[in-house]
Amino acid sequence: MGSPLLDIEHLSVTFRTDRGEVRAVDDVSLHVNEGETLAVVGESGSGKSVTALSILGLIGDNGSITNGRILFDGADLTRLGKADLRAIRGDRIAMIFQEPMSSLNPVLTIGKQVAEPMWLHRDMTWDDAYQRAGELLARVSIPDAAQRLNDYPHHFSGGMRQRVMIAMALACEPQLIIADEPTTALDVTVQAQILSLLKNLTRELNSSLILITHDLGVVARYADRVAVMYGGRVIETTTARNLYANPRHPYTEGLIASVPSLDGNPGEPLMTIAGQPPDLANLPPGCAFAPRCRYAQERCLEAQPSLEAVSEGHLRACFGYDHV
Amino acid sequence: MSEQEGDNLVSVRNLKVHFPVTGGVLQRTIGHVPAVNGVSFDLKRGETFSLVGESGCGKSTTALAVLRMQPVTDGQIIFNGVDVTHFNARQMRPIRRGMQMVYQDPFGSLNPRMKVADIIGEPLKVHHLAADRKVFRARIRELMDLVGLLPDMADRYPHEFSGGQRQRIGIARALALDPELIICDEPVSALDVSIQAQVVNLLMDLQARLGLTYLFIAHDLSVVRHISHRVGVMYLGQLVEVSSRDELFNSPKHPYTRALLDAVPVANPEIEARRPHKLITGEVPSVRNPPPGCPFHPRCPDAKSMCRQIKPVLQAVGTASVSCHLYDP
Repeated sequence: MGSPLLDIEHLSVTFRTDRGEVRAVDDVSLHVNEGETLAVVGESGSGKSVTALSILGLIGDNGSITNGRILFDGADLTRLGKADLRAIRGDRIAMIFQEPMSSLNPVLTIGKQVAEPMWLHRDMTWDDAYQRAGELLARVSIPDAAQRLNDYPHHFSGGMRQRVMIAMALACEPQLIIADEPTTALDVTVQAQILSLLKNLTRELNSSLILITHDLGVVARYADRVAVMYGGRVIETTTARNLYANPRHPYTEGLIASVPSLDGNPGEPLMTIAGQPPDLANLPPGCAFAPRCRYAQERCLEAQPSLEAVSEGHLRACFGYDHV
Repeated sequence: MSEQEGDNLVSVRNLKVHFPVTGGVLQRTIGHVPAVNGVSFDLKRGETFSLVGESGCGKSTTALAVLRMQPVTDGQIIFNGVDVTHFNARQMRPIRRGMQMVYQDPFGSLNPRMKVADIIGEPLKVHHLAADRKVFRARIRELMDLVGLLPDMADRYPHEFSGGQRQRIGIARALALDPELIICDEPVSALDVSIQAQVVNLLMDLQARLGLTYLFIAHDLSVVRHISHRVGVMYLGQLVEVSSRDELFNSPKHPYTRALLDAVPVANPEIEARRPHKLITGEVPSVRNPPPGCPFHPRCPDAKSMCRQIKPVLQAVGTASVSCHLYDP
C-alpha cells in the first residue's frame, strides 16, 4: 500500500465564541486510503463535522486551524490560498451535506447546479456540461432525468434532492468525497437507497469516502475503517469489523453495548454510559471521557492519553491498557 | 367480548383523521388529506404497543387522536371501557388524568421560564390535586426521585439540564397524575446515542414498577424491538401489519415490513456482511394523493394486478394481522 490519499496530522481547530476560545478539534490525526470508506463516528460536539469542514477550509471566519497539516495527495491543504483551495473543492474533493434542502440553491434549476462544477473545473462548454448533468442525474436513478433539468429544488423530495447532491459531488469524478450525516434527515428506506448508491458509485470511480455519522448501524454496513471521536479528539481507530468485535477504548465499548440491536436480547436493561457528553468550552484537564469512565484512575483525571497502537492498525487513546 | 375489553386499556376502532385542504380566495375546503384512514388496534393493560413507519404514515396523528388532542373524523376511541370519541373538553378533563404524553423534543417541550418543580407539578395544579405546598413539594421530590433526578434540583430552570435530564423532567411531568397510559412520541430520537439507553432503561423500569401501558411512536426499529411487546406497522395512514414483537422481527409478513427491516442497518459488521440488502425502490407517495388499491403497490416487489385496484384489509395470518393480497385465502 502506498501513502494514503488524505493524511491529517495533529490537527487542532479553535473557534472564538462568546464563551471564549473553544477547541473543537484537538490534535486529531487520521488518514484515508485510496478507494476506502472511513467512517468518523461521534456524538454532538465530538468534533467530527469540524474535522471534515477543515479539510476543505470551510470552518468560517471565527474558526482557525491552530496546528497540524492536512496532506491531500502530497500537498498541505492548510497552506493553500483561497483560489487554490477553490480549485480543489468540487473537483478533486467533493462534499455532501446533511440537509439537502438548504444546500441546494432554491432559485437555480437543478440542471444549472449540477452542470456548474464541470463548467468551472473541467473546461467544458456550458452545453456539454448541461448535457452531462442529465446523464449524471440518470446515473443517480432520478426518473426522467433529462426532463427534470429545468426543475427547481422544491420540485424534488428529500431523497431526490440528496440524489442531486450526489450527482453534483460526482460530476468531476473526485478522488475524495466527504459526506456529513448524508441521510440523517431521510426515512430509513430512502436512507438505505442513498447510502447504497453512494457506496456503489464511489466504488466504480475508486474514490475514497469519508462518512460522518452517529449511527453505528450505518458504520457497520458501509465503512471499511472507523475513527471514533470524543471531546474533539480521536479516541480509537481500526477496521470496522475489529471495532465491533474488539473495542479497546471504554467509550467505544460502552457505545456499542448501549445500542439495542436487531439481534440482541430484547427487554433486558441496556448497558449505559453514565453522565453526558462533555462541553467543549469546559473540558476536564485529563481524558475527556474520564468523568464518565468506569475504569478511570487518578492519572486519567490529570493527563491526556495520546493515540497509541494496541495492535497493527488499531490505535486508542487510553491509559488503562488492561481494562478493556 | 366483555372479558376481552377488560384486558384492553384502549381500543381504537376504524379511526379516521382527515385534514381539510382549503383553497381559493374564500379559503373554502376543497378536499381532504386522509392522514389516518381506518386504523384499528387494542392496547392491553401493562403492555408496550409501538407504532412504526416513515414520515407521513400517520403514527403521530393516531397517537394525538387517542389523546383526543386531534379531532376525529370517524371511528371510535374507547378508553377504560368508555367511548370517549365525542366527549367535549369538560368531559375529557377527568379522563386525561389517565393518559399523558412524553414528547420528542426535550428542549421545546419544557417552558424555559418555569422552575423544574413547577413544570413537573403543573398537572397537579391544573387538576387541583396539590392540597397544600407541603404535599405538593413532597410529591415533586417523589417524582424526581422516581425518574432519577436529584430532588435538590427542583428549583432550577430547564436550561441548566442536559438533554437526557430534560427528557427525565418530561417523564416526571407525565407521571404526576398517576396515569395508566403514557404516549411516547419519539422519546429518544433527539438524544445523543450514549444517552438513549439511559432513557430506554428508565421507561422500561417505570413500566415494571408502575404497571404503565405505553403507546410508543418511533422510527428506530432497534429501539422498538427492545421495548415493545407488540408492534403495528403503518404506511400512508393505514396499519399494514400488527404482530407480536418476536413474530414481527423474526418473520415479517407484509412486503413493506420486510423492506423496512432490510433497510435498517444492524450495528454489527459480521451480520451486515451476511444480510441480503434487498432494497425497495421509490419513496413514500404523498398522503394527499394516495395510490388506488393497496397504498404500497407502487413500491412493492410482489405487486399483482389486483393490488392496483382492490384495497386489502387486515386479516389474520397465523398470530399476526396483515393487510396484503399475498395472504388472501
